[in-house]
Amino acid sequence: MKKEFRLSIGLLSTVVLALLGVAFILSFERPPVDTVQRGYRGLGMVQVFNPRTEAKVAAANQVPAPEDKVDPAGQASSAAYQNVQVLKNVDSAEFLRLMTAVTSWVAPDQGCTYCHSADNLASDALYTKVVARRMFQMVEHINTTWKTHVGPAGVTCYTCHRGNPVPSYVWFNDPGPNHAGGFAQDYAGKNEVSVAAGLSSLPSDPFTPFLEQSNPIRVEATQALPGTDMSSIKQTDWTYALMFHFSSALGVNCTYCHNSRQFASWEQSTPQRITAWYGIRMVRDLNNSFMNPLKATFPHTRLGTLGDVAKINCQTCHQGVFKPLYGVSMLKDYPELGSDTAAP
Amino acid sequence: MATYQNIFTRVQVRGPLYDGVKLGRGAWRRSGTPYFNHLLGRIGDAQIGPIYLGTSGLAALIFGFFAFEIIGLNMWASVNWNPIQFVRQLPWLALEPPPPGAGLNIFLPLNQGGWWLIAGFFLTCSLLLWWARIYSRARALGLGTHTAWAFAAAIWLYLVLGFIRPLLMGSWGEAVPFGIFPHLDWTAAFSIRYGNLFYNPFHMLSIAFLYGATLLFAMHGATILAVSRFGGEREIEQVVDRGTASERAALFWRWTMGFNATMESIHRWAWWFAVLCPLTGGIGILLTGTVVDNWYLWGVKHGIAPPYPMVFGPMTDPATLPGAPQ
Repeated sequence: MKKEFRLSIGLLSTVVLALLGVAFILSFERPPVDTVQRGYRGLGMVQVFNPRTEAKVAAANQVPAPEDKVDPAGQASSAAYQNVQVLKNVDSAEFLRLMTAVTSWVAPDQGCTYCHSADNLASDALYTKVVARRMFQMVEHINTTWKTHVGPAGVTCYTCHRGNPVPSYVWFNDPGPNHAGGFAQDYAGKNEVSVAAGLSSLPSDPFTPFLEQSNPIRVEATQALPGTDMSSIKQTDWTYALMFHFSSALGVNCTYCHNSRQFASWEQSTPQRITAWYGIRMVRDLNNSFMNPLKATFPHTRLGTLGDVAKINCQTCHQGVFKPLYGVSMLKDYPELGSDTAAP
Repeated sequence: MATYQNIFTRVQVRGPLYDGVKLGRGAWRRSGTPYFNHLLGRIGDAQIGPIYLGTSGLAALIFGFFAFEIIGLNMWASVNWNPIQFVRQLPWLALEPPPPGAGLNIFLPLNQGGWWLIAGFFLTCSLLLWWARIYSRARALGLGTHTAWAFAAAIWLYLVLGFIRPLLMGSWGEAVPFGIFPHLDWTAAFSIRYGNLFYNPFHMLSIAFLYGATLLFAMHGATILAVSRFGGEREIEQVVDRGTASERAALFWRWTMGFNATMESIHRWAWWFAVLCPLTGGIGILLTGTVVDNWYLWGVKHGIAPPYPMVFGPMTDPATLPGAPQ
């Protein structure tokens, strides 16, 4: 009796320890973990990173070699080709070089015919060509109007596409999980596994209110005593979820932008917060001016559950890095994407 | 001779089965026939039962069951009655308080926070009835009511979070969701919204009492175990009749830190530390949003938040610049 009892206790402890071990391994990141100081000493203004995972991210964010330089043909693309509505004044040889690059950036497996119909390259028969034209305008718009966010490095198609016809990280309006409905409580936009908010129970779709609509993000009072700020805790949940997204999309801590003792304080923030502030406005602008108007152009298979267009968030370009592609400029090899070429 | 009877020792505390003292008039009968359990005997007294349920105990269980069911079924409904998803996502699920727009309305549709109000009401009834049971059982045994008042301190914090502060703020939506992760996220969001709770002096006090209580518990537990070989576990007798265990325990602390509590005062120390943790915490929560809207700025105003050198140069809120995008 005693022996069996001890045996069962032993077995039970082994099982419990094994389960705890599995939970431990799954919950924690394997060392080494490194920190880099960014702010004034002793304030925890540090970036935490793990060289092992950082190496993986670095490998996934390499810039492809630029296409070989070409001699100018001496003729504008709009003169050399039919139905050219963007990049009109670009030299036709440069135009062809850019088309070659774009094919390898966006449709490397599908080739030119992903956008162009094979029998008439000038035709707008394929929806992809209409979308691509609008995307050229978007890239030019970003590089000319949103220097406040993208800086001189600028963007190209590759910043988001990375060899995929649809960028890997896009988002749709979230209809929420399948609720029982009826007189059971309504869906509050939260209290499920939120992938956007670091697997917390915070709101699952912080993008629609902030990166498509322009709801106020600031929830913290700017004076010590009450009377000016009516933000609720629930509202704070949404802002918090959005900030989670920033953090994971850029692979950074809160302290990359904020001094966490007072998130609201601009005086104690880093200059990156200003860049991010413009980034929010940029993404809003892009989603509303470029992505949403393409709704009728896209076939149904490309639309979300609620019939909306795939949209942009921080992750779309940043892909886990504080600056997309570690700040390496591809625009300098394709300067024609840096100016407004739709004009005649 | 057997070594001291305690956790991690092999000796069981096992006397003859005993129902307990005679109950007074008007009392319920104790339910259950007492029996011995070996495993529990390893960590405490081996006798299980009988239990005294009583009117307040039974009512508390019934109200508690209602609250538990309302919360659980609403969680289950939020995964469309899928049992697998219910188990998988249980820590994420919650019964959410009403939307802020509902204010303090108590006649809300069930799916718009009505369930939360009902569950909160039942849970509060359950807790208060359980408090009454603790109080009346202590009186029935001729005890003081220290346990009941300690429990009341916890109920105070609960009421501040879910009832009193929402009342003062004018919105049930300010209250805490019933859910495992959601209530933790609420806590973090609460601190963010009100400019960092670490600058709230009552939060500071609450933390000091929380950690202080664990420290005192460790010090006291260690002291008593250390002198148990001299009969130190009979500490209450030693309040009035100090023996060598008590003397040695006192000397130990007087030698190591120059001051010692007494056999009685150490329990008052521990009780007050434990009770003051939710008491001060509740005051801190109550003042947040009602009296102070940003604890960091309040701290700056009163000189408790030091300024640090700026290392990034002057930073300006871009929204205040002329021509800033919306």
